[in-house]
Amino acid sequence: MKKKKYFGRAAMFIISAVFAFLFLMPTVLTITNSFMEQSEINANYGMIFSNITGDRGYIADKVTLKFIPDKVSLSQYITALIKSPDYLLKFWNSVILVVPIVFLQLGTAALASYGFTRWRGKFRSFMFFFYVILMLMPYQVTLVPNYLVSEWMGILNTRWSIIFPGMFAPFSVFLLTKSMRRIPASLIEAAKLDGASEWQIFTRVCLPQCRSALYSIAILVFIDYWNMVEQPIILLPDPAQQPLSVYLSQINAGEVGIAFAVATIYMIPTLLLFLHGEEYLVEGIAHQGSVKG
Amino acid sequence: MSTNKDKTEKNERTLRERWHGLNYKTKDFIQSWMFSGPSVLGVSVFFILPFLVVVYYSVIKSPLNPEFVFLENFQNVIGNQAFKIAVKNTADFSIVAVPLAVILSLGLALMLEARIPLKSQFRTFFLSPMMVPVASVVLIWQVLFDRNGVLNEIMLTFGLDKIDWLKSEWAIGVIVVLYLWKNLGYNMILFMAALSNIPRELLEVADVEGASETYKFFSIKLRYLSPTVLFVTILSMINSFKVFREIYLLTGEYPVERLYMLQHFMNNTFEALDYQKLSAAAVILAIAMVIIIALLFKVEDSFGKDVEG
Repeated sequence: MKKKKYFGRAAMFIISAVFAFLFLMPTVLTITNSFMEQSEINANYGMIFSNITGDRGYIADKVTLKFIPDKVSLSQYITALIKSPDYLLKFWNSVILVVPIVFLQLGTAALASYGFTRWRGKFRSFMFFFYVILMLMPYQVTLVPNYLVSEWMGILNTRWSIIFPGMFAPFSVFLLTKSMRRIPASLIEAAKLDGASEWQIFTRVCLPQCRSALYSIAILVFIDYWNMVEQPIILLPDPAQQPLSVYLSQINAGEVGIAFAVATIYMIPTLLLFLHGEEYLVEGIAHQGSVKG
Repeated sequence: MSTNKDKTEKNERTLRERWHGLNYKTKDFIQSWMFSGPSVLGVSVFFILPFLVVVYYSVIKSPLNPEFVFLENFQNVIGNQAFKIAVKNTADFSIVAVPLAVILSLGLALMLEARIPLKSQFRTFFLSPMMVPVASVVLIWQVLFDRNGVLNEIMLTFGLDKIDWLKSEWAIGVIVVLYLWKNLGYNMILFMAALSNIPRELLEVADVEGASETYKFFSIKLRYLSPTVLFVTILSMINSFKVFREIYLLTGEYPVERLYMLQHFMNNTFEALDYQKLSAAAVILAIAMVIIIALLFKVEDSFGKDVEG
């Protein structure tokens, strides 16, 4: 009996290890390949990105997947950062789209979820129900109304056409309301008896109680918008303003080496957030539990 | 200067007096809307009101000629060949990918629940793809799945024929893999949380009574997990509509027919600025989503009845 259990655990460990390898491999490969010199990239991947321009040099007749570069070099980063400012510009485009959305969405959501927690009239429950439905709608549905409003307001093809709908996305209202409703009512009652105004209860009692929820939602919103593709294609067709998440795929084949470096740079903010906030993130996801309640 | 200051002070006083003069109900009303007002207003302006216009657009001839045509636009969309392909591909994808996402992530959660070494490291590794932007790993996917890519090299060494993964019938399978890669970790965390909420005593009693692992899983764990299964299913379904990103970044605006998704259809319709088609498609999708979600709720309701009480 015991032996059987031990065997089962060993099998599970091996399966987990295989999965871990598969899950990590693409990210690790992208990072290590970004430290390769152009000649090595050409040699390894020449068969795939066949229209490599310039000095082609040696090309292996087979693709070779290498985890560790022959010679670690920063040349791709130097090219990406200094010689072609285009990438930095697109990176900056991503930043000025995503950072305002994260802060504005969390701000309005914090206010709204306090409202939804403290006042629960019929109209508000109806609105909350509506938020949930809206949250479950795919972009294919919500982009059409977004497009119409942007057109009426004359903000189509400007950043605001993405920032405004992002600011009011119901996702964080839903999650924050769930975590605010977990705050014991006695805490709020006590503050009220002490003569605290609603604003004081909100800022001094409820927000501190939701700190970890706020952080984890901020991470989720950040990664979601850092990744955006659908909205810029439709609402912001101007290539000069598009974020790196859309532009990265348009890097032409001759610049595969640089592309690895830029791809790595692009994942740094989200990976840092992950390393710093993993515990909060896990807790935040875990609290989502079910859609009901 | 000083009179000006006096004036504002006076104004402020009257405002404050007025505020205190209000009865409790009015005060409460105003306060409540100070909090939820901005969000409700924003959601109304950017989502709800324009969606009503979308519904209106879907039943008229054109914005310039608002003749009521009722179902004509819907018939046009449903009869549209591109729309049919897009719906079929998206549905095919979801039908394969969503159950896999639910089952595999539950499997991962169960594995990490067992006492195996490096548990927390595994959790981190499984969750990490979620934090990697799709755009960043597209290159590696190309290297792996290209006609001359790594996967085909491996197949060749085993004496198998090359497959053009991204440009053949297999393409949808590749996208399923990419989707699972990205979403399994998130779902797994949800299941891990739900598993840790199952009352220990119940499982211990089952152990004492000599219940088998299979019995424990199907009769105890799964019943407690059913709300989470519902949640993960809905979440996975929503995420399955987002694979457009992977497809777009990997294969550009014009993928092979098998990868032509609803978002491609919407993009093309946006390009043509065909408001009637767009509106009708959006309304059809919204209705379909509401029906699917309601059905899922119904199924879960009858399944998990005994434990929620």
